[in-house]
Amino acid sequence: MPTPSITLEHYLILGAVLFGIGLFGVLTKKNAIAVLISIELMLCAVNINLLAFNKYITPEAFIGQIFAIFVITVAAAEVGVGLAIIIAIYRNRLNINLEDFDWLKW
Amino acid sequence: MVQFSMHNAWLVPLLPALSFIIIAFITKQWKKTSAILSVGSMAISCFIASLAAYGVFSNYTLTEEPMVYSVKWFSMAGLNIDVGVQLDPVSAMMMFMVTLVSTLIFIYSIGYMEGDQGYSVFFSYLSLFGASMLLLIISSNLLQMFVAWELVGLCSYLLIGFYSHKVTAREAAKKAFITCRVADFGLLLGLISLQLIFGTLDIVELSGKISNFEQYTSMGIMTIIAILIFIGPIGKSGQFPLHVWLPDAMEGPTPVSALIHAATMVVAGVYLIARTIFLFAEVPPVMDMVAAIGGFTALFAASIAITQRDMKRILAYSTISQIGYMMLALGLGSLTASMFHLWTHAFFKALMFLGAGSVLYALHHKGDIWKMGGLLRKMPVTGYTFMVGCLAISGVPPFSGFWSKDEILLTAFDSGHYILFTMAALTSFMTAFYMWRLFFLAFTGQAQHEVQVKESPRTMTLPLVVLAFFAAIAGLIGTPWAPIWQNWIFSVHPHHPQANTMIMLGSVVLALAGMYLAYNLYYLDRSKAERMAEKYSFFWALSYNKFYVDELYLWFTHTIVDGGARLFYLFDIYIVDGIIVNGIGSLTKSFGSRLRLVQTGSLQSYALVFFLGVLAVAVIMALTDPSMALGLMGGVE
Repeated sequence: MPTPSITLEHYLILGAVLFGIGLFGVLTKKNAIAVLISIELMLCAVNINLLAFNKYITPEAFIGQIFAIFVITVAAAEVGVGLAIIIAIYRNRLNINLEDFDWLKW
Repeated sequence: MVQFSMHNAWLVPLLPALSFIIIAFITKQWKKTSAILSVGSMAISCFIASLAAYGVFSNYTLTEEPMVYSVKWFSMAGLNIDVGVQLDPVSAMMMFMVTLVSTLIFIYSIGYMEGDQGYSVFFSYLSLFGASMLLLIISSNLLQMFVAWELVGLCSYLLIGFYSHKVTAREAAKKAFITCRVADFGLLLGLISLQLIFGTLDIVELSGKISNFEQYTSMGIMTIIAILIFIGPIGKSGQFPLHVWLPDAMEGPTPVSALIHAATMVVAGVYLIARTIFLFAEVPPVMDMVAAIGGFTALFAASIAITQRDMKRILAYSTISQIGYMMLALGLGSLTASMFHLWTHAFFKALMFLGAGSVLYALHHKGDIWKMGGLLRKMPVTGYTFMVGCLAISGVPPFSGFWSKDEILLTAFDSGHYILFTMAALTSFMTAFYMWRLFFLAFTGQAQHEVQVKESPRTMTLPLVVLAFFAAIAGLIGTPWAPIWQNWIFSVHPHHPQANTMIMLGSVVLALAGMYLAYNLYYLDRSKAERMAEKYSFFWALSYNKFYVDELYLWFTHTIVDGGARLFYLFDIYIVDGIIVNGIGSLTKSFGSRLRLVQTGSLQSYALVFFLGVLAVAVIMALTDPSMALGLMGGVE
């Protein structure tokens, strides 16, 4: 009986599921913080993909890993900016409910 | 001296031009200096011109082989324009006549314009006019001539509107300018066509090329060009149907009427045709047209003149009529007769205009001849010189008009155009009638005015006397017994019509009949004239209202032109602005106002759209390119 091993497909399915959950959160959550968290989830899914591809397709190079590190860095910066915006909005409105943030309306 | 004048004829227009510049920029403040400059420069020009004319005549220069000298004006690919001087009998005669008449009229203006606000300005305009007119005369190139042609039009405009505080003067100036511009456009088109087809506008060169024009173009095109060129003279020389501006031009000061609108500028049209007679001679139908329009205008204007009341207007219609004579002669191919009449007409018409000016000066510018009367006793010099003018224009021998008119009648008779001959003869009768009507009403009988009349100053009467002298004798150089004129001025061959005693006698009888009728109606018993007017009230009204040509034009502009304009206005408002401009605008606007509803402002719906978009792109790529699908799947085999 062959030992069950983890293949690329498993990683990809995990990534897709995580991405789907994150996307769902981004589209449906009312709380801005929760939306930010969901975005992080989607970024994690991307990172998993990058690393999986690196491992199974181009194991001799580090491109995927380097990209993942870049993504983490950018995600940190993005969260910093996002949180700053949310705090600014909160100071203005005492509220971080995304449904009320329709200032970009026509 | 004669040689010098002939080789430096360009000085003739240059001197008045210089005097214009000096007056306009330097001596404007000093009225007397301005007048002296203006008169002096024209007198010197006259001296040079007479010497040059003497040279031309004594050398027997031919019209076909003129003396030409020119310099390059500008040249570009396919277009070389020279400016120069072309001296031949016609231009020499014109130059002498214009400078002489101008000098006399300038002198007259010294007295006439006394005390006027714009004294210096008036003289500067006169000088500018003199320069332009002389430039037109000596031009060796049709483009140069056209420039001068427009310049005299400008001067005419400036001088008609000289009393610019009067609405009528301003309107008349505009009317003259616009009417002439309409005609000049035809001329310009004609000149452009000539340049395009023959590649030159030089008169001598052109005459050589046109004599065998079949190499260049067809008869039809030549006819069109000749007609286009003829439109210019129709406007400038006040021929029917563009004669309407000339009577209105009488709003200008009287010396201007005498100089520009009687003796010189208005005959520029005749002169232009005389200059390009080689072109017209190639197209007989256009020649006939010139003759027909000339003959008709002569009769038409004369029939208006017989009922008019304003002294200067009568003279204006008379001018139109006499220019019609010149056109008639030209159209019949007789350069000799036409130029002869131009020559004599300049003297007697300038004389009569200046006489009218003298009368108006005395009567404080009230020109109604029915309100004059008895002026002969109070203004003898004006009165008797005016009488000489009347005798000359009516064609009483031996005064100048008789000889030139006889020449024209003879030409018409010999050419076999009996209808035109009859029209000319009838015009001759009417001319005698309306001129003596004017004379009897204004100068004889009881005074109908309450002004203390006295004779005009010396500066005004002197030119009258000199002009009267010329009006009396100017025709004697062209009698059938001593045809000096006929041997000087001709195209191709000297024109020696056999003296026709019948016609000569007939024209004298017609003139005397006209005079007698006028004497009967306006000297013996003026109430008879009124009874006549009542009896033929229809014709009287037709003539008095100038055959309603002005009204017709007004109707035309108000109905057709304005109507068309209104149509275009509506088109502009509803089609261009309404449908095209505003239509596209409002379409975009309404589309936009619907589309903006998409912008909900809800971040999450934006995010959803992004995602769906990415998904759509991915799906499309996958469906259209299988290898791409592979890539999307992770690049795994």
